[in-house]
Amino acid sequence: MPEARLQKILSVFEGKRGALISILQRVQEEFGYLPEETLKEISTFLKLPRSQVFSVATFYAHFYLTRRGDHLVRVCQGTACHVRGGREILEVAEHCLGIKTGQTTGDYQYSLERVACLGSCALAPLIVVDDTLYPQVTTKNVVEILKNGKDFQREKGSETEKARA
Amino acid sequence: MTPSYKKIETPESLQHLREAILAREKSVGKTIIVCCGTGCLASGSGDVREAFLNEVRVQEADEEIAVKHIGCHGFCENGPVVVVGPEDIFYHSVKRDDVAEIVSHTIKGQIVERLLYEDGATGQKCIHESDIPFYKKQVRVVLRHCGHIDPTRIEDYIRVGGYDALATTISGLSPEEVIACIKESGLRGRGGAGFPTGLKWESSRNAPGEEKYIICNGDEGDPGAFMDRSVMEGNPHSVLEGMMIAAYAVGARKGIIYVRAEYPLAVRHLTTAIAQGSDLGLLGQNIMGSGFDFEIEIVKGAGAFVCGESTALVMSIEGKRGFPKPLPRPNTSIVGLWGMPTVLNNVETLACVPAIILNGAEWFAGMGTEKSKGTKVFALTGKVKNTGLVEVPMGATLREIIFDIGGGIRGEKEFKAVQTGGPSGGCIPGSLLDLSVDYESLARVGSIMGSGGMLVMDESTCMVNMARYFLDFAQHESCGQCTLCRLGTRQMFEILNDITKGEGRPDDIEVLLELAEAVKAGSICGLGQTVPNPVISTIRYFREEYEEHIREKRCRALVCRTLISYRIKEYRCKACMLCLKACPVDAIIGGRRQVHEIDQTKCIKCGSCMEACPPKFSAVECVSGRISEQ
Repeated sequence: MPEARLQKILSVFEGKRGALISILQRVQEEFGYLPEETLKEISTFLKLPRSQVFSVATFYAHFYLTRRGDHLVRVCQGTACHVRGGREILEVAEHCLGIKTGQTTGDYQYSLERVACLGSCALAPLIVVDDTLYPQVTTKNVVEILKNGKDFQREKGSETEKARA
Repeated sequence: MTPSYKKIETPESLQHLREAILAREKSVGKTIIVCCGTGCLASGSGDVREAFLNEVRVQEADEEIAVKHIGCHGFCENGPVVVVGPEDIFYHSVKRDDVAEIVSHTIKGQIVERLLYEDGATGQKCIHESDIPFYKKQVRVVLRHCGHIDPTRIEDYIRVGGYDALATTISGLSPEEVIACIKESGLRGRGGAGFPTGLKWESSRNAPGEEKYIICNGDEGDPGAFMDRSVMEGNPHSVLEGMMIAAYAVGARKGIIYVRAEYPLAVRHLTTAIAQGSDLGLLGQNIMGSGFDFEIEIVKGAGAFVCGESTALVMSIEGKRGFPKPLPRPNTSIVGLWGMPTVLNNVETLACVPAIILNGAEWFAGMGTEKSKGTKVFALTGKVKNTGLVEVPMGATLREIIFDIGGGIRGEKEFKAVQTGGPSGGCIPGSLLDLSVDYESLARVGSIMGSGGMLVMDESTCMVNMARYFLDFAQHESCGQCTLCRLGTRQMFEILNDITKGEGRPDDIEVLLELAEAVKAGSICGLGQTVPNPVISTIRYFREEYEEHIREKRCRALVCRTLISYRIKEYRCKACMLCLKACPVDAIIGGRRQVHEIDQTKCIKCGSCMEACPPKFSAVECVSGRISEQ
């Protein structure tokens, strides 16, 4: 029997066609990543070969098979960010956190990711920490945001997307 | 938030509802409207909106002034944008601290001059949105209501004529008439390939299948394009209405919006819009008493660029890996989702549809060029003064878009090139600035329309580095089915990487061109067939830059980091410690009253020191070549 949290997610998708990706998304929201056990349970539930579940889980960029940090730092590497120095921003972020892109810090505080485009190109270059978008950042800002934990956001009068709710 | 209106059961009751909404709106006096698109929110508009709500209470004006929020204006770099009605006074870059002043001035009927947009060329202050050069030359069809209505309130959309096109369609037009109208309008897919929309609908209508689907492609994966995000966030109902009309024409009862998970606000607004539509009976069974049933579901993408390709997108909705189907493959409009006829249209395409139905095919066909009709939204980004969303009739020239609307290049730099069409497009040089922007002309010069990304580059952009960037993207995003795409893009990336590191070989350019042709020929989908374009076009127009990198180990734009160094001019350095503090890797040696020096072994060449050094000192310089070797 799958554990209760997984069971609850799966029950919503009973009898739905093509639910695999949606299930994986929900499971990841709940667990923070896709633990191997859950993949097995999902394949049993959907009556799909494990290889297929695994292939989908590894195909899409949003799915993780290992535990992630509590905070996700995403550095946009879209075209507009690139010409305004997005690559330097990413390198500085790597340096600050002491990890490479795609890795998680030893204390599971931060995971660092590159993202192809966040669609806020007019505000390039930008980074996103969890759901907070930091527009037009400089390498100096990145250090402030990541290393010193300084509330750069307030300073710039910024607000997160959640303000809409 | 959802209003407690009665269900709309006939086209007439929609009309009555609109009249009621209009009557009520009239009674409201002044409005302060805060843009809450992703761009403005990132610049702090959430805070600003809260401050306004608070301030009108403090100044006891909450009876008199209504504070509202709206979707994206497309002028994102100058956010947060605030518009004060009924005069439509346009303020930009509004901060929390400006709120009290705006409220007190609004009460008195005055304008806060300092927050008005200033036309850089004439120095004139612009009071209204329409006075700003960025907007003046635009013709907004798709974006017509973006920035003017609250995307979370269906009343706002209905007030401006929303769902009128749907009512007209289902009460007065046969499906064949709708298809004929769209064909006549000349509307072509705005997602990239430019396939005629009417033909697509017709083939789905004529294809056998017990169930048919409409899929709205909101998987805007092209880096540098954000018009679809803006429409989904700023006017989600226009997308729904477009889908409904398409569904009626095709005979579909189910619609799916496939949205990138990177666009959480778009997902939220679409979800709200669908719920409101269902509450009002605009979605569901027997819509407006016509016997037409339609429902819409949202599917979130999981991060794969290739899923913008129609067959891969369908695979993804079916819960599989996003692999484009092998050739020969049936058209998605005939054999699509679950093997049924499926119309797959881009967000912008669908948002055009209600306007075409309401204004007529001739109106739409009256704009644009012979083969490219209507308007197109471009995401103008990069080294241009005014970045944001620009909607112009097809056939406008690059010069008009970049210089008249975009305001030209920022700073004192020279224009170098413009990249259109994202990773599948090409770089167009300055000599072609008078090119008309339409599907055919762009293809002729080796680029594509694509989804409408338009990235402006100046002399400080290295074209080899740009090509390397796009190939890096391509090799990450190749789904891996076709060997030539999977490995060819990888090889091309490696070669370009070597060139940017000064390790290029004399025959690299020829090898790149050969590989580019092979990748194009050996790939089954649009991704593989187009991703070599950035390489081909940069070699075509900027070959000398490749040669400089290879032969002279020199990057004229001072971008390729192995080929440049930063240093501090001793005689200019005032030992102010600013660069030292700015350096993210502590590569600067020095102290108070001790001239600074860069430790070249530590330097990552990020340019932070140059940014930090006050302009009056300008002690940091970037030079060609490696200092250790000099």
